[in-house]
Amino acid sequence: MAVTPLSVVPVVPASEDLAVYPLALRGLTVSYGQKPAIFSVDASFVPGQMTAIIGPNGAGKSTLLKAALGIITPLSGHVTVFGKALVDQRQRIAYVPQRASVDWDFPTRVIDVVLMGLYRELGLLGRIRRSHHDRAMACLTRVGMQDFATRQIGQLSGGQQQRVFLARALAQNADLYLLDEPFAGVDAATEKAIIAVLKDLRDAGRTIVAVHHDLATVAEYFDRALLLNVRRIAEGPVDQIVTPDLLERTYGGQLTMARMDPAQTAS
Amino acid sequence: MSGQVFVALSLTPLLIGVLAAIACAVPGNFLLLRRQALIGDAISHVVLPGIVVAFLVTGRVSAWPMMLGAAAAAVVAVVLIEVIRRLGRIEPGAAMGVIFTAMFAGGVLLLEQSDTSNVHLDVEHALMGNLESLIWLDALGWTSLLDPRALAGLPPELTRLAVVTALVAVLTWLFWRPLKITTFDEGFAHGVGLPNTVIGLGLVILSAVAAVAAFDAVGSIIVIAMFICPPAAARLMTNRLETQVALSVLLAALSAILGYIFAGFGPLWLGFDNSVSAAGMIATVSGLMLLAAAIVGPHRRQT
Repeated sequence: MAVTPLSVVPVVPASEDLAVYPLALRGLTVSYGQKPAIFSVDASFVPGQMTAIIGPNGAGKSTLLKAALGIITPLSGHVTVFGKALVDQRQRIAYVPQRASVDWDFPTRVIDVVLMGLYRELGLLGRIRRSHHDRAMACLTRVGMQDFATRQIGQLSGGQQQRVFLARALAQNADLYLLDEPFAGVDAATEKAIIAVLKDLRDAGRTIVAVHHDLATVAEYFDRALLLNVRRIAEGPVDQIVTPDLLERTYGGQLTMARMDPAQTAS
Repeated sequence: MSGQVFVALSLTPLLIGVLAAIACAVPGNFLLLRRQALIGDAISHVVLPGIVVAFLVTGRVSAWPMMLGAAAAAVVAVVLIEVIRRLGRIEPGAAMGVIFTAMFAGGVLLLEQSDTSNVHLDVEHALMGNLESLIWLDALGWTSLLDPRALAGLPPELTRLAVVTALVAVLTWLFWRPLKITTFDEGFAHGVGLPNTVIGLGLVILSAVAAVAAFDAVGSIIVIAMFICPPAAARLMTNRLETQVALSVLLAALSAILGYIFAGFGPLWLGFDNSVSAAGMIATVSGLMLLAAAIVGPHRRQT
């Protein structure tokens, strides 16, 4: 198998076929200093399904995505994407970071951000042709932002910015979409628009994994859920996972949240 | 002013000023957007130990060894700043502050301990450069531009800056997309496989090379001003990165030309006898342009 295990002990049973999973994590541990942000997490994300990653602040939800993408180097454990090492599969993944992670005052237009999604195709100096431009516009149309193509990105509302990020991911035409808090700070109309696009992607056979924080909408929006609080608590279909008992085990009342130092555990 | 006098006395300082301004302003755009604009300030401080060490090794004041020493010191500083920023998880400004103060202080100590009393290594030269003295004595007029023998007498600073400016231009053009994407969104850039760290270090090292070449010819005042003022003024005048970089080049060249002219003739127009430092005037003009853009620029940050 074309993976590079980071840990010495082989944690994957030889019989398990990781190739069926768009994303599989085995024994993934990430630490920012003394305390682990996520500890020995196993997770297999099911193809053609929408999975929510749920857990309290500081549970390591964003860290899990970043480690899966290689943005953060894990202490141990490994990641496979469609059964292969991440580096060989980058073109099949689209990542939507938290909206607040970038400076929206950056001098660029909406259409230019969407065209960034074509970087792997265009390369360093590939010319942006009519067809590229049309594809970027089509992605903007799918998220209802076609009338904002030439706006500077700083002039958009939070919801509009999130839609532009989603349009950029659509331009990547990936098989696996990883989204970090796609509904954070967006208006109701945007939330509906985003979920409709994600469900379309799923119905077309793509796999969606999103960090989500609104327990009220998990069952409505997602097919499956991964409950996380540093360790993996549970994973499965939403109706079996989003239960009072398991949520209590994940959130542990509000005590866990109160003890967390937000500066240290920003996820 | 006749053609002969202009070509011999003013053409080369003007060109050197313009090239130095452009070489610093172009990477300055990206440093500004990455909130690393002070790197120009940091570099112009940290090169002091490099220059002193080069002098101690070679025993004389000559351009190439000192340039190499300065460039090496700049690269060491840049790497140390990155290491401290990443290991200490602190903001880049603090990391720069620690490194450039420590290295500048080290340079001062080295300078004191070594016997440099008989050579021209002083603070004034480092600050102001000597733009006015970079003249072309072999020139007899415009026709000298076609005369190989006269061209051989061009100040070496001009050749060095031309090479460095061309390098800056070519690398910026070649790596435009990675620079833009990693500057805007590191997370996404990582997702598409762009090496953020390599690109960030490359940008800072290129800035260091530009700063050292410019520093040698025109002094640190212009270097610090050009990394910040033209890009910041251009940012206030447009909302597109492509336009911003083009405008910053124009503003940098304009500052150099206007500053040189004002320094040479401004005091005479006002009835004084002596001209003033061209380096100081060029930096002042760029600062005034930034002030003007901050007051009337169409794209000041909306609140």
